[in-house]
Formats: sequence, structure tokens, C-alpha cells
Amino acid sequence: MMSGILSVALSRGGDFAELFFEHRTNGTINWEDQRVKSASRHVAQGVGIRVVKGDAIGYAYTESLDVAAMRRAAETASRISGDPERPRPIDATPSGSAAAYYDAGDPLTSRPPAEKVALLDRADRAARAYHPSISRVDASVSDELKVILIARSDGRVIGDIQPLIRLNVSALSERDGARRLARTGGGGRLGMEYFEAVTPEETARDAARQALLQHDAVEAPAGTLPVVLAAGDSGILLHEAIGHGLEADFNRKGTSNYSGRIGELVASPLVSVVDDGTIPKSRGSINIDDEGNESGRAVLIENGILRGYLQDQMSALHFGVRPTGSGRRETFKDYIMPRMTNTLMLAGQDSPEDIIRGVERGIYCISFSGGQVNISNGDFVFSVTEAYMIENGRITAPIRDVNLIGNGPDVLSKVSRVGSDYRLSDGRWMCGKDGQSVPVGVGLPTVLISGITVGGTSVG
Amino acid sequence: MADANLELARQMVQLARAAGAEQCDVLVSAFTESSVTVRLGEIEKLVEAGSRSLGLRVINGGRTAVSSTSDLSERSLEALAKDTVVLARISEPDEFAGLPEPELLSKATAQGLNLYDERIEAMTTEEKVTAARACEAAALAFDPRITNSDGGMFVTRSGEVALANSLGFASSYPGTSAYIAVEVMADDAGGKKRNAAWYSAERALHRLADPGEVGRTAARRALDQVGARKVGTKQVPVVMEPRMTMRLMGDLAGCLSGSALYRGATFLAGRRGQVIGSPLVTIVDEPCLLGRPGSRPWDGEGVTSARTPLVTAGVFEAFLFDVYTARRTGNRTTGSASRGVGSAPAPGASNLVFEAGTTDPEAIVADVADGLYLTEMIGFGFNPTTGDFSRGAAGFWIENGRLSFPVTEVNISGTMEGMLGGIDALGTDLTWLGGSAAPTVRIREMTVSGL
Repeated sequence: MMSGILSVALSRGGDFAELFFEHRTNGTINWEDQRVKSASRHVAQGVGIRVVKGDAIGYAYTESLDVAAMRRAAETASRISGDPERPRPIDATPSGSAAAYYDAGDPLTSRPPAEKVALLDRADRAARAYHPSISRVDASVSDELKVILIARSDGRVIGDIQPLIRLNVSALSERDGARRLARTGGGGRLGMEYFEAVTPEETARDAARQALLQHDAVEAPAGTLPVVLAAGDSGILLHEAIGHGLEADFNRKGTSNYSGRIGELVASPLVSVVDDGTIPKSRGSINIDDEGNESGRAVLIENGILRGYLQDQMSALHFGVRPTGSGRRETFKDYIMPRMTNTLMLAGQDSPEDIIRGVERGIYCISFSGGQVNISNGDFVFSVTEAYMIENGRITAPIRDVNLIGNGPDVLSKVSRVGSDYRLSDGRWMCGKDGQSVPVGVGLPTVLISGITVGGTSVG
Repeated sequence: MADANLELARQMVQLARAAGAEQCDVLVSAFTESSVTVRLGEIEKLVEAGSRSLGLRVINGGRTAVSSTSDLSERSLEALAKDTVVLARISEPDEFAGLPEPELLSKATAQGLNLYDERIEAMTTEEKVTAARACEAAALAFDPRITNSDGGMFVTRSGEVALANSLGFASSYPGTSAYIAVEVMADDAGGKKRNAAWYSAERALHRLADPGEVGRTAARRALDQVGARKVGTKQVPVVMEPRMTMRLMGDLAGCLSGSALYRGATFLAGRRGQVIGSPLVTIVDEPCLLGRPGSRPWDGEGVTSARTPLVTAGVFEAFLFDVYTARRTGNRTTGSASRGVGSAPAPGASNLVFEAGTTDPEAIVADVADGLYLTEMIGFGFNPTTGDFSRGAAGFWIENGRLSFPVTEVNISGTMEGMLGGIDALGTDLTWLGGSAAPTVRIREMTVSGL
């Protein structure tokens, strides 16, 4: 059946085609006012059919898995290629994926709801117990199980089962009529065992702590300052400053500020960056990408030198290189793009304490709410939600929410110290591109950037 | 097709009732979408597909569950009804949960709202390719310094939503949308690229901006940024072009939601009736305007849509409520329930209009000796609970009343209340983009961080 549909897809010419079958179940339990507010469960299924001809894509999808509907979709997608209609024989035969960076043997999706509710209850109690000023706790636990099967015109047929869970907690602190809210969360591609490693209490206390902290936050400084990024979540820096700019579609089109710069020095020699889809159970990991290529560890920057891009099949053909397993899509309704998985900076030599001690006046950033980049001019931002002043080598007052702005290559050239304390962020990041969201991981050791623009309100 | 979706919604309500749902409502969404992307004159991407799915909400004794599926076979729907009723048992009773009071349910139809344009549905792929090509070509031809393109695109969507509930409400309306966009790059010194995108999004083809005009606007905006540089850190007036005023208004809208109110997650909690902005600030939620992207006859719970003044001459007048958040906070719903097939209703804006003023936009700039003219913001740096605002920014530096040189990689910061309160000039140039309209505004002082 799959061979027949692929044959239709390539009947007008076209370099390759694939069918992407997806069945996705996800559910969320929402907690408010110390009780379960609502529960939801969603099921989606369908097939996306892509035909590639040179640099052009024909794409169609259908939610109906009957053969006639799929043949119609294949015919629609085939129109990207204008050759006269002439079906091509294709033999698509299943093969197994060797890799297993996560296990879907006992997904959270199939656990009894009471177990999940208990997690929320524990989180709520812990946040409220943290301090009497915590007046409100909202929490949710989400689980997803995604089953995918990819059939390609080169005969490869391969599938994967991808579990994904996430616990979110928000805590509101009220003091002297002022309200401060903080959000935390975590998860990954695993089941209930996640909560043995990172308890709901920990996640909840962290939200409470951050909310409380904001009451005493001072105005953030304005201007260019040294910034120390704590290990972990700060990896968002790489995601924005360079990750997106190295996605091969932008570079194939020459629209990225990193286009044509392979082999050049694009960062401080202290900087080595990899995109690693093979970290066990991490939110960004995948056994295979969404076009059936094996996931891997792509070296993007080695000692400051640009080594390669994140390649999907189409870009890999264009550049004449091997795909890096970076072809991803949000759902069967979406077309493939090169995307990040877990983007990390490798550890350096310095002790984190020394790095902070060396800063006379700057800021120390720990938690972030998100970031964005303009891949053409390289300007990027990230928003800091937990940060402190550094004065004379010591961490002092917490500062209010602030945005940092820099230019990718410029900021990476100013990475002047790299700590030995590499840490992966705890599974809560979602990456958006062209309206498609995919889960990703980020990681970083403690890093000093000698100067970046801090968008506070306090001048001088 | 129209009747089929409404019938499906009604049938699902019956199935849920039969499975034990006391109260329920069902949203059906069916659409076809088609998009073409043309890059450097060649077709790069053609997407064509259709989708039909439904969302079910069950409320039993105050216990809520929400589910959705795209498998619309009878067997699947029966299973969904049963599963959702079981799922609701996980929730605890909530006295505020429930369908709208019957008298609030709308009898309105979309007749006369101009939400549907058959010309969009009738468009051929070739016509879309022609429009996308014309848009990109106009941008590339605008100036030889425009050297690359991310492509021109044309996207259409045509569909219908149907809503039915266990109180007997059942209604549906068709809608269309068309979107044209292009992004191009200009070369700058040192191998830098300056890019800009522009677009038009409308429900009817005749309202859509001319493809050539969209292309030229994108090209002009990219060229405007050539030679952009960073400036020093200082506190200065900031003039926002209409699109930036819209973004500011969008941030404010998040603070106006009844959902943020009962969670204490907005700086506006407890501020109704108070002054939160300068007398120049009047913002209205306008769901009933003819043919606008955010217009609708009724909201995601079947409640009649109505105009809601949010801020009038600087005075904060109203939050946006759906049924739950209204009951929860002792208010009446404003008919602002937004909802997708896979989500529970939540309050959201329809069309937001920041009413225009009386000052010529050029005169607003002419009055500034030293300041920033803002054309671009980047990032999400806004905290609705505190109102703290800090974002990446680009635009022009204003010197002695004139746009002097392009600026990039700076940050602007302040608080939402400080910004609204600091608006000291309001343009006559009310501009629509998608479901928002706003004029040029000037904020007396913000912090610009740079060198």
C-alpha cells in the first residue's frame, strides 16, 4: 500500500517523496485552587505526503487514512513536479531503528489519573509551604505519546514511539498589595520515573522562591555590561545567537548571517557547540528525525570555528553532505525544516566561582522566559526572569525582569570565560519556527560574556 | 457542507448526553488550506490540504473535561463521548463552571458580517502563484541593493465553524482568509544583511493589499535598515509607528483577560475605574466590524458578541470575560470566549482598535529633538503581573525633528502603565493590519539601552 502511494507521489517526476504517518495522544490535567480544575485528552492522526523536486516541495496531508484519500493527497503533492504522469515502481520495506535514547514501555499517558493528580497536589503543598505569601498555585501535568512511521521513496520504512511529559507550576506571591508570579517546569522523554529524579516539590519550591524573590528586585541596569550566565537554562543563548542561524535551509538560501562561513572563526576559541539528539531521555532527543534519518551529534562550532550546519534531507542534497538527523515537523500537517534538538556548549576550564569573582559590575542570569533571533542580521534577544547584580565580584540584589540584546557573532566573540560546570536545562523549552513548535533542549556551562546590552531602566 | 458541520455538532451533543453528560458543548471546525511560496521567481512550496475535527466539553456537576478528535467515525465519536464523561470525574466540582445562561445565547448569524468571500475559495493555484510572484518581484525590483529573498507567499483558508450545546444552541458560520507576505534582504557593509517582511491579511480578496505594494513596502523597510547602528544609553521620547502601537496594545490585551484577573496575574487587578493611561488612550474590542479578521457573530460559547470599550480616555473600563471567568469574578461575560477545537474556552480579544488622534504623524516626529522612532521589536520581554516591559528594538534615531539614521540592536524598557501614561501625541493615521488597528503614538520617555 505504501509503495503504491509513494509511486503516485513521484508519478510526475520529483527527486524523492515520503509518507509521514502520525498518531498522537496527549492529555493535560490542570490544577487550580488546590484541586483539579479540568482534564483534557486529544487524539490526532493523519498522514503528510511530501514530494521534493530540486529546492521545491509539494505538500499535502489528510486525516483520513483510507487509501483513496491518501492517493488523492499524494497526487496533490506530486504537482510540484511538472513532468508528464508516469508512475514509478517503488519498493518500501520496513527496517528497524537501532537507536533507543528513550523508552516508551510505560508512558505517563497510560498511568492512572490519580497518580498524576497526586503530583499536582504535592507541588501545590510544597509551594504554599515555602512561604505564607504564596497565595495561589496553578499547576498542570501533560503527557504525550507520538507514534510515527515514515515511508520513503528510497525504500526505507522506519518508525518511532516518542513519549514526552511536562510538569508546570506557577506560584503567586502577595506582599503589601504587590503581586509577583513565577513559573517553573520540567520533564523529558520518559515516564513517572522523572519525578523520582526531580520531585514536584523541587519544581514547586523553585517557583515559590522565584516569585518571592521578585518583591525585593531592584531596577535592572541599562547599557552594555559584563554578563555571567549560569549553567543550564542559559543555553538559550546558543539557541538564539547561533543555533537558528546554522539551520541549513537559511544557509542554502543565503539568508542567514552565517551563510558561506564554514571554516571561519565565528566565536571565541573557548566556544564549542554541538547539537546532540542522542542525550538519553532529554526533551529534545529523537531516535530518528521526522524524515526517517538517524539522530546524531552534530558539531556546529569547534574552538570558535564554524564546522557545519543542521541538515535535513533536502539541504543535505543541496550541500552534498550527510543529513544530521535535523529534519523535524510539529505534526503530519507540517512540512519538514532543519531544526535543533539539544543544543549545547561544551564545558571549559574555569571554576564558576572564579568567573563571578572576576566581574566588578555586571549581572548574573539564571532563569529565562524565552528568546528570539533575526537570523539575517544576527540580532537576538533573551528575556531574563531570575537575575542578580554582580558588584565587586559578589552576587548582590535580585533585579527585575530584563531583556538582553546582542548580535550573534559579536556576542559569541565576547565569551571570555567558560566554566567547568556544564549542565543540561531541565526539559521545558519549546522552539518556534515558521509557526511550528518542537520540543528542544539547551545546555551550557557558566559563561562570562564581556559585554552585552542589558535593557533595564536604571541609567548610569 | 454547511449543514453537515452543524449536524455533526448536534449529533455529538446527543452522543455526549446519551453517555451521561449533563452539560456539554461541541465545536466543529472544517477548513481547506492552500499555500504557495515563490522564491526568486520559482515555485518553492505548494501545500494543499483539508481538515475536519471536533472538540467536546463536558461539565458534570461542575466537573469539566475537554477532548478532541479528527476521527469522525460513529464508533470513534461514541467512544469520545464516553471517555470524556469518565475524564470529567478526575476534576473537582467548580461552582463557576457551566454553559452560559440561556438568555445570553446568541440568535445572531454571520449574515452581513462579511466574513466569507467566495472569490477566495474560487482562486486557482496559478492565481496564487501569480500574486506571490508579483509581490516578490516588486520587492526585488525596488532597488538593486535588494539582493536576496526568503520568498513571497500567498495563503488562503476557507472553512466553517459550528457550535452546538446541550441548551439547544446550534449555529454555524463560514469564513475565509487570505494572506500575502514577502521577506527580502538588502546588503550592508561588512557582509551584514538587512531584512524586512511585510504582509496583508484579510477575510476578503478585495480588501487585501496590492501584491506590488506589499513587496515595495518590504523592500523599503529592508533598505531603511542599511547602515543601522547602535546608539548610547539614554532616556528619550519614543515614537511608535502604527504596527508597534498594535504590539503594545496586544501586550496590554493579555493583562485585560478575565483569566489573568482571577489568577492575580495582571497589574490591572483591582484597577477598574482608575486612570491607567494618558487621556489620549482609548482602546476598544470590536467583534462586530464588517469583514475584519477578528469579527464574529458569537463567541466560543455561543454568547452574542458586542463592542467592549476597554480603556476610555485613559480610564480602565473593562476586562474581557468568558462565562467562567465572569462568574468567578462576579461579572458578566463580555462574549469574549476564544476557543479552538483542542482547547477549553478562554477570554481573548476579537479586533482591537486603538482610536486615532488629531496630530499629523509627521508633526509627532517633528516635535522630537532627540529620540527613537520605533519600527521593529524583538522578543517577549513583558511581565503582565508587574507590567515590566523590556524588548529588543530597531528603527531610526530622531534628531531635531527628522529621522536621522537607522538604529538596531538596542533595547527599550519601561512599565506598561508608564508607557500608556506617557503617551503625549496620537496620530491621525489609523492603520489596520489583520485584526488590529492603531495610529502612530509618542511616549514621552523610555529607557533606550545600547552602547
